[in-house]
Amino acid sequence: MAHPEFAAKALDRDQMARRVAAELQSDWVVNIGIGMPTKVIPHVPAERDIIFHSENGIIGMGPEIDGVNEVDNDLLSAGKRPVSLNPGGSFVHHADSFALARNGRLDATILGAYQVASNGDLANWKLPGARAGNIGGAMDLAAGARRVLVMMTHVTGKGEPKLVERLRYPPTALGVVRKVFTDLAVLSVTDKGFHLDEIVEGLTPEDVQRVTDAPLYWQTAPAAIRVLTREKG
Amino acid sequence: MKQRKANSVAEAVTGIKNGDVVLIGGFGRGGVPENLIEAVCERKLRDLTIVSNNAGTGHTGIARLLEEGCVRKMMCSFPLAAESIVFQELFARDAVELEVVPQGTLAERIRAGGAGLGGFLTPTGVGTDIAAGKQVLTVAGRDYLLETALRADAALIKAHRVDAVGNLTYRMAARNFNPIMAMAADHVVVEAHEEVPIGGLDPECIITPGIYVDRYCICPKP
Repeated sequence: MAHPEFAAKALDRDQMARRVAAELQSDWVVNIGIGMPTKVIPHVPAERDIIFHSENGIIGMGPEIDGVNEVDNDLLSAGKRPVSLNPGGSFVHHADSFALARNGRLDATILGAYQVASNGDLANWKLPGARAGNIGGAMDLAAGARRVLVMMTHVTGKGEPKLVERLRYPPTALGVVRKVFTDLAVLSVTDKGFHLDEIVEGLTPEDVQRVTDAPLYWQTAPAAIRVLTREKG
Repeated sequence: MKQRKANSVAEAVTGIKNGDVVLIGGFGRGGVPENLIEAVCERKLRDLTIVSNNAGTGHTGIARLLEEGCVRKMMCSFPLAAESIVFQELFARDAVELEVVPQGTLAERIRAGGAGLGGFLTPTGVGTDIAAGKQVLTVAGRDYLLETALRADAALIKAHRVDAVGNLTYRMAARNFNPIMAMAADHVVVEAHEEVPIGGLDPECIITPGIYVDRYCICPKP
């Protein structure tokens, strides 16, 4: 959820998905994980030809199918929801699916996160002090994809910042995150930390900094920061 | 010709023993050999180590194995899914052991086990809790974890079609872990949706050659 102070200005999940979708380029092979990232596929601009990979061995996955009477359990997404296969799609077994995740064939993976640090460290599988957590494919995808794109709310449900100077959650992979898409901003991970690329309409860079643990930097000319609009896609 | 076909699901699983490490195919509800798992439950085996991506959903399949006290240890990548209610309850009171393995590492450990390898080097998990106690090797400037191969006493496999030689095909994403698990166990049991005569499967499309299959049974319903 958005920081209470900015709830009215924050993007909703569909708007976030639309922004992430705009990032994906033609001919990319893109892994879609579970949760929020699954909302990205329907928002991909029609002229872009993107091949979606699902960790359970689907290359060329289509959007989730809603409202079917009989679910085909043999064609489910990583999030275990019924999906379609695009024309030209194919299936591989699990070891080959993760070979693809590690061997540089994935142009991007879109993952959710608990925390992302200024140096690109990612935490998304286990709570601090917990005895266990769900890794799923996240460690392989984070370690192997050419671009790790994180899609998450800017703060936790309790209003705590998720963009941090140093991880306080157990890491999933170190130094891997390229870009973070939140409900308030788009940020790039650089050698100097988080660069504020875009902010949601109605907020200032200082507003975003106030709900962010890690120091942010941005170009001082206002026009240098793109404004995220909240219109429906 | 080796007789692979079992007359019933119950007969198909008679080779599974107390204390076995058992690989079970499937991802979510896709490609899970539900009938074989239920038949293993009926045998009231004990001390099994179950290797599967998930830790069971609801009260059937792997969840039932857990609920009936057949399982000593789970090895999986995603143990705490909301639907894994039985596992979560047992784990909370230390009634079952857990080894969480990253999904790609789990798949590759099984593949390596079926390929006669001792292990492999992966970038996955470097710098995380998963690296604890594991050797880190640097190759061409990049750090990798040494992960060991995983072989099992038995595997429970879900296939789409089978012929009398045991050749298997799979359907869509139900393939998932099944072909690699069929290569990584000493005793391989298959539940197939449909049986075809020898020659009824295009050799170009056979994913698992019958030489890996010890027993199979036909279960038209999932």
